[in-house]
Amino acid sequence: MSPPRSRVSIIKAVPKALTGIIGFDQITGGGLPRGRTTVLAGGPGCGKTIFALQFLVNGVQDYGESGLFVAFEEAPKRIAANAAAFGWNLHKLRHGKLLFMDAQPKIDLVQCGDFDLCGLLAMLEVHVKTHGTRRIVFDAFDIMVTLLPNAITKQREIYRLHEWLLAHDLTALITAKTSGDEPSSIVQPFGFMQFMVDCSVILNHGVVLGVSQRHLRVQKYRGSGFDENEAPFVIGKDGLDVAITRSMGHSDVKISNGRVTSGVKRLDAMLGGGYYRGASVLITGFPGTAKTTLSGAFAEAACGRGERTVFVSFDSDGSEVIRNLTSVGIRLQRYVKNGLLRMISARTLTGSAEALLVRVKALSQEHRARCVVIDPVSRFAKSGNELTAHGVAERLIDWSKADGITLVCTSLLDEMSDQTQGSTPLQISTMADTWVHLSYLVQAGERNRGISIMKSRGMAHSNQVRELVLSDAGVTLADIYTAEGAVLMGTLRWEKESAERVENEVAEIAGKLKRVRLNAEEAELQVRAKSLRTELIAKQVERTLLARTAGTRKDELSRTRVRRKELRGDHFPSLRRR
Amino acid sequence: MHKRPIFKFRLYVADDTQNSAQALVNLRAICRTHLAGRHEIEVVSVFRDPQRALTEDIRMTPTLLILAPAPVRRIVGNLGQTARVLELLDLDPQVT
Repeated sequence: MSPPRSRVSIIKAVPKALTGIIGFDQITGGGLPRGRTTVLAGGPGCGKTIFALQFLVNGVQDYGESGLFVAFEEAPKRIAANAAAFGWNLHKLRHGKLLFMDAQPKIDLVQCGDFDLCGLLAMLEVHVKTHGTRRIVFDAFDIMVTLLPNAITKQREIYRLHEWLLAHDLTALITAKTSGDEPSSIVQPFGFMQFMVDCSVILNHGVVLGVSQRHLRVQKYRGSGFDENEAPFVIGKDGLDVAITRSMGHSDVKISNGRVTSGVKRLDAMLGGGYYRGASVLITGFPGTAKTTLSGAFAEAACGRGERTVFVSFDSDGSEVIRNLTSVGIRLQRYVKNGLLRMISARTLTGSAEALLVRVKALSQEHRARCVVIDPVSRFAKSGNELTAHGVAERLIDWSKADGITLVCTSLLDEMSDQTQGSTPLQISTMADTWVHLSYLVQAGERNRGISIMKSRGMAHSNQVRELVLSDAGVTLADIYTAEGAVLMGTLRWEKESAERVENEVAEIAGKLKRVRLNAEEAELQVRAKSLRTELIAKQVERTLLARTAGTRKDELSRTRVRRKELRGDHFPSLRRR
Repeated sequence: MHKRPIFKFRLYVADDTQNSAQALVNLRAICRTHLAGRHEIEVVSVFRDPQRALTEDIRMTPTLLILAPAPVRRIVGNLGQTARVLELLDLDPQVT
């Protein structure tokens, strides 16, 4: 069966008691076997006691099951003090029925002949009956076992304890030491316990290439399926954190179609609107190609929208990053002040890639971040071994997706790899949703930054290389000119641009001149039209006058004729004829 | 010869389990032989009186507490090795 399928089909037949330990409950499909006994084996300092404590604390706090911690190795007071470091207030939990029993062997104890552990069981009986204990932990039980005089007695007493636990239906966890770092070699004759019990878990703390690595493995689990692989874990602020990638059955994450700006307008345009919300973005490039600047622009834009953001810098201190980004017009200081932005300098963080991831996760969750920048993510691979780093990158993306966080990672490209091929050490490039690549183009004695989108899932994106221009006004992208097959960038582009500018100016001035001339002509014509119109009116007046004079003369003539006739007396023509 | 001290023992037993029964037998035998007339034995069952066992931090049975003479000592086991018990009680095996 393939690993993912086995993960899905974990049998849930055996009743289980949730431990509340992140990852462990998923590996076992529900926690430890309820009413049965589990052996937790591991070398010194691998986290057995913390695991056991966490099992009890969570039992009381979250599942309402009272617990009893039987301490064979450490005084309960010291355990309580250590537990406080994880934020577990054991004193308070006492009222919630988390009790401790000091079972350290007396120093002044003298042995004489065979003995058994009935006294212990009698004490436990009292405890369990009065407090209704459901979960019990025997921490460093091997200490007690080694006191027993011979192998037969040891075996007999372990059986006795096991029987007692089963009879009382207690979910028990027995921690035992392994010698050294070899995970499966529990000190004999304690080893047979692993055969006897129903579940066996092995913790392993080793050093690989000088880096501490912790692993957890379920060795056996009767009546249940489980994830058989070794899972890395870290001891974080809240106890154990077992790293698992989400199982197939739970992989449905709410996908967002929303876009968030990359902080650079024209890059958004190239991406057809920006990154997808909740996407994993990878920015690769050689040193000095402005990877940090680009991620800074994203952070500034995110804070500008009022989204809580975490900026993890592996290369330099947070304040240095802020100062350097200010020089290109990205001002993050104000967001640090108002609490939106949290700068994390991870330069000083040491540990395995797994530990780094857990810290980043914890800090981001604490900050309730919606956007996370990791600069550069390739540091994960350097500080541990490459074997686990790949898994870490997978889990990083997995986590950011599950939490709906928009993740921007920068990554230094392997110096050896081809610039155009651009493979990242973590293979994160295959997993990232959007991959922006920054490169240098050397031409005409200049280095210029080119930006291109290698891939961007689920969105149309430009296939063009643009020039990334940094100035104190901010980050901008410029078109690059292609002239006679050569790409023009930097000064060449500038020259081309200024030549064009001059041309434009000349044309503009010519246009202006023409406009002025036309205006003048128009004015002249208008003046002429006006004078003509005036002349016309004068002529018309003249003509009217002329007409009137003519009329008057005609009247005058006729009147003169009439008068003359009167005077001549021939206005009685009828009389005269008669 | 100075006055010989009285020995006070308290034996915690897990009822009649093999080791506990043996311890009681062995203790009685030693007392009979070496401490005749100057010993007191109190037997406490961890099952019937667990609260007492709890107060005295008894985890293994049988456990023998030597309350007197001081200092208080505790011996765990079935007391099968008589010579060792006598040594712990600071008694001479030859003297009866």
